[in-house]
Amino acid sequence: MSGEKVANWINQQLEARNVSVPRERRVVAEIAPLKLVESIRMLKEMGMNNIGTITGLDLGDRFELIYHLSNDDGVLLNLKTFIARENPRIPSVTAVFPGVFFYERELMDLFGILVEGIPEGRRYPLPDDWPEGEYPLRKDWKGLSADKGVTVDGAN
Amino acid sequence: MAPIKIPFGPQHPALKEPESFNLVLEGEQIIDTEVKLGYNHRGIEKACESRNITQCIYLIERICGICSHSHSTAFTKAVEEIAAIEAPPRAQYIRTIVAELERIHSHLLWLGVAAHEVGFDTLFMYAWRDREVVMDLLALITGNRINYGMNTVGGVRRDIDSGQAKQVLESIRILVERTNYYLNVAINESIFKARLSGVGKLPQETALRLGAVGPTARASGIARDIRKDDPYAAYDQVGFKVVTDEQADIFGRTMVRVYELLESYRMIRELTEGLPEGPIAVKAPRKIPAGESVSRYEAPRGENIHYVRTNGTEIPERVKVRAPTLANLASIREMAKGGFLADFPIIIAAIDPCFSCADRMIRISGDRRGELWNWEQLRDYSIKWYQQRGVDLSHMG
Repeated sequence: MSGEKVANWINQQLEARNVSVPRERRVVAEIAPLKLVESIRMLKEMGMNNIGTITGLDLGDRFELIYHLSNDDGVLLNLKTFIARENPRIPSVTAVFPGVFFYERELMDLFGILVEGIPEGRRYPLPDDWPEGEYPLRKDWKGLSADKGVTVDGAN
Repeated sequence: MAPIKIPFGPQHPALKEPESFNLVLEGEQIIDTEVKLGYNHRGIEKACESRNITQCIYLIERICGICSHSHSTAFTKAVEEIAAIEAPPRAQYIRTIVAELERIHSHLLWLGVAAHEVGFDTLFMYAWRDREVVMDLLALITGNRINYGMNTVGGVRRDIDSGQAKQVLESIRILVERTNYYLNVAINESIFKARLSGVGKLPQETALRLGAVGPTARASGIARDIRKDDPYAAYDQVGFKVVTDEQADIFGRTMVRVYELLESYRMIRELTEGLPEGPIAVKAPRKIPAGESVSRYEAPRGENIHYVRTNGTEIPERVKVRAPTLANLASIREMAKGGFLADFPIIIAAIDPCFSCADRMIRISGDRRGELWNWEQLRDYSIKWYQQRGVDLSHMG
């Protein structure tokens, strides 16, 4: 399915906004967080059979999450959703794509976003004893202060 | 007997990089694997947010010592797309040639590691000796064995002259001969084949479900290759086959990589002979207009994804990198399930996780003056170092 066809399908089937085709084989669409899992499930059935990764962005007043889905014809869809910066939470899509486990863990560690329904497992990628409340990829994070540090990672 | 859990890593005999696995064993059989990663997390994505685009190219190139060209190409490609500049055809060809040389270097290195993990050290020595042929080519073209520094926004930084092109073709001739020999070994050496067949099984639907990439996916019969699916550089102008295999085990992964070597040789020959005339770079602005782009690249280990967002300044707003190993680690658990403890090193090695090496050293002495040492000086230094500690190694050859 070509990029245009994917965009048309999204316009007809999903409650998406700002659907565009910036170039050949690239599609962008925005979706509400509540519709995320259901939309991704429908997209998978339609042929977007892989999630390459999830990109998180700190926009200052909210977080933007981009799910990079692709199909077998080389089309890559950037499915965007926006969540509040206070108490950020997003449902896990591991029920649809179990391989996204590590990408969702990255959102948890680096942005402090609570991913609801993610299977249990060790944290990734930060050390076991990384201090609470320190989220490196937030724009206002400027590094650990001198009294905080990491000493015993991997002891258990 | 109750299952026992044994830690495997982070420092362990199978890999040269830290990664930790907890294996749950019943007797000698693996019933589950828990992966602990992150020991190599260096905060490169955050670091990119405080550097300009040019500095980022060099930082990103150093994500990996083997796929360095993969990362810098993926990144520059994304920035070029945002800035709406296109590298000239000659630059695209040179990028592709270096990319395929890098794939050869990576696959030969892998073949050696895999042979070593199953106790076939003769093949390890042979593969790594022949890898030097391609390392010399990379050093000849780029000036470096790794971290080539070829890419810049708008093109490449070094040209390939006719003398270098001649050497490329000559070295490729040697490598084709050697690789055909390896193919023969892989197919006909019954012990090697028996050791790898049926080990680390990853059925096609599992590989799809867990998002496996690269040779790992292709050996499970998934014809996924970004060079074909979403062509970049000069891949739409060169003929090649996407190699797949239906065996879905480590033997299949070996066959995919060896056949991919032959495809790479063919591509390099075609690209080198048909190198278009013209400039190797166009001028790029320091400040990149606001925009975003996702760049996909088929690295030796699989799909490499770079997401770049710019904000109109010379510093990127966000850089996100997904290297192929992260996509394949989810499959490790499935591959190991039901296998034996003794198979675990080769199972991990078969997805070809990254490690880097460099063989040159610059010694920074007390006054911070750099000093370049050759092999003899290094050897003398090590002999003295041990003599001071009461061990005399000077008689050794």
